[in-house]
Amino acid sequence: MGQILLEKVVKRFGDVEVIPPLDLTIEDGEFVVFVGPSGCGKSTLLRLIAGLEDVTSGRIVIDGKDATNIPPAKRSLAMVFQSYALYPHMSVRKNIAFPLRMAGFDKAEIDRRVAAAADVLNLTPYLDRRPGQLSGGQRQRVAIGRAIVREPAAFLFDEPLSNLDAALRVGMRLEISELHNRLKTTMIYVTHDQVEAMTMADKIVVLHAGRIEQVGSPLELYSRPRNLFVAGFIGSPNMNFITGPEADKLNAATIGVRPEHIQVSTTEGRWKGTVGVAEHLGSDTFLHVHATGLAETITVRASGEVGLRHGDTVWLTPEDDKIHRFDSNGLRIE
Amino acid sequence: MATRHSRSAARLMMAPAVVLLLGWMLVPLVMTLWFSFRKYLPLRGGDLGWVGFDNYASFIRSSAFWPSVQVTLTLVVGVLAITLVVGVLLALLLDQPMWGQGIVRILVIAPFFVMPTVSALVWKNIMMDPNNGFLGHLWRAVGLQPIDWLSQASMGSIILIVSWEWLPFATLILLTALQSLDSEQMEAAEMDGAGPLARFGFITLPHLGRAITVVILIQTIFLLSIFAEIFVTTGGAFGTRTLTYLIYQRVLESQNVGLGSAGGVYAIILANIVAIFLMRIVGKNLDA
Repeated sequence: MGQILLEKVVKRFGDVEVIPPLDLTIEDGEFVVFVGPSGCGKSTLLRLIAGLEDVTSGRIVIDGKDATNIPPAKRSLAMVFQSYALYPHMSVRKNIAFPLRMAGFDKAEIDRRVAAAADVLNLTPYLDRRPGQLSGGQRQRVAIGRAIVREPAAFLFDEPLSNLDAALRVGMRLEISELHNRLKTTMIYVTHDQVEAMTMADKIVVLHAGRIEQVGSPLELYSRPRNLFVAGFIGSPNMNFITGPEADKLNAATIGVRPEHIQVSTTEGRWKGTVGVAEHLGSDTFLHVHATGLAETITVRASGEVGLRHGDTVWLTPEDDKIHRFDSNGLRIE
Repeated sequence: MATRHSRSAARLMMAPAVVLLLGWMLVPLVMTLWFSFRKYLPLRGGDLGWVGFDNYASFIRSSAFWPSVQVTLTLVVGVLAITLVVGVLLALLLDQPMWGQGIVRILVIAPFFVMPTVSALVWKNIMMDPNNGFLGHLWRAVGLQPIDWLSQASMGSIILIVSWEWLPFATLILLTALQSLDSEQMEAAEMDGAGPLARFGFITLPHLGRAITVVILIQTIFLLSIFAEIFVTTGGAFGTRTLTYLIYQRVLESQNVGLGSAGGVYAIILANIVAIFLMRIVGKNLDA
């Protein structure tokens, strides 16, 4: 059981309000990702839930119990830190056993649980090594092992993959997703990487300057972003925003078209332009097109290899039903 | 990276320092060895020739020898224990964010800048003097008979004085080590259910291991040769005669350079025995 409820939670550091009043419900078993640019308060929010920071006002309810004033150790939450925060002078075995030892489990039970966790995380051969003798990915798994042995109500991840290289990150992303499928425990995951958010989450919470911009499933956020911020943050490459006459035609202050929703043609189309930079990825080609009559450079994602180079003339046509319209306050127009 | 040319240039540049250091160390060492085999009484006939190992034999047979070794070791161990325990506690305190942190830190470091002779005099006259000292007044204020610290509790008093001098050093080294402790580790331990004492025992203390080793090694080197504090306070009386002080007495008070030099060689041997033990016990902390 791991339902977490935030009610009117506020956090101030001195005069600076980092988190304005915020409400959020995290259901039991959900994989929730807090995503936002750096400094948006996502880590602070996680630390508030963990109890490592005190809330200025408001309530945090875990499993139906008011946990606002409960110390971190008693909240039955486990956290994986960005730096892994392994204990360098203890072996992997002792690191994983530490929370159990602190909780006063007997030796047989500790051994059983450590062995089980090591088995799940493929750490069995490394149990007697020190963290310093492990690779980044292995350290990450030890940190996760230390979290899962406690069988907590929820896991908190604070940017756990940001210290890993790109290839390892993709692998660990899968492992964490698999772990969630197996354990079915609530997980709250903080990241600034929208790809991690999109691939892992059941529910994404987009934060900006401490405020929740939108809560929803990855596809909801992708197809129906509530405002310009969410529209620009979710999706890679970023959504094209177009203002001016083209937006006026659709009765909007700004219109947004995702790069993958624009057709490219060398013969005809709605907007004529010249190719600036063309990024050839093999699977896709990203074209940055300077269109005549549009102030903004338009990014287009063409599937596969298209034989277009710098300076070529192209015509672009957005898919009409996939154009997002926003009013002058940046809010979505249905 | 290092060409033959730059290596020879480096040797040339280092030569003056090496020569100076060698001279500084080797000349006194050789002279000590030389005199330790000679009967040399400056005021009673001067250099009276070779005597073989007589000086070594009589120095070690002297009733003052073994007690002086014991006093030396007591002093070292006592000061180490006090400076480490109090140093860790002080470092923990100073690591807390507080108002006036800068000034407090400077105050804590201050005793280290006071010369040993001066601090011993200050303690002897201002603090421990039974008639005019602060402690004497304190004892009288609560109706007790003042204690003549330096004669009645001589060893403890000297350990206290020397500890006061070395506490800043220990505190400073431990404080810098404490500041390099990853705060996420402490938070992780907190989430893992470790209370303040468990966090100290399982996280902080192991983290301080290397700093503690450094403090022990460096302090031991200097504590073995403590002299000024004893000279100024008890003059070696009341069971405070260390090996260093005994050597001083043999050379200058008894005017027996040969005997004192033999004692000096024993002091070198003692220092090396202590060093070997220390490296065995704590030296492994310095690896990796």
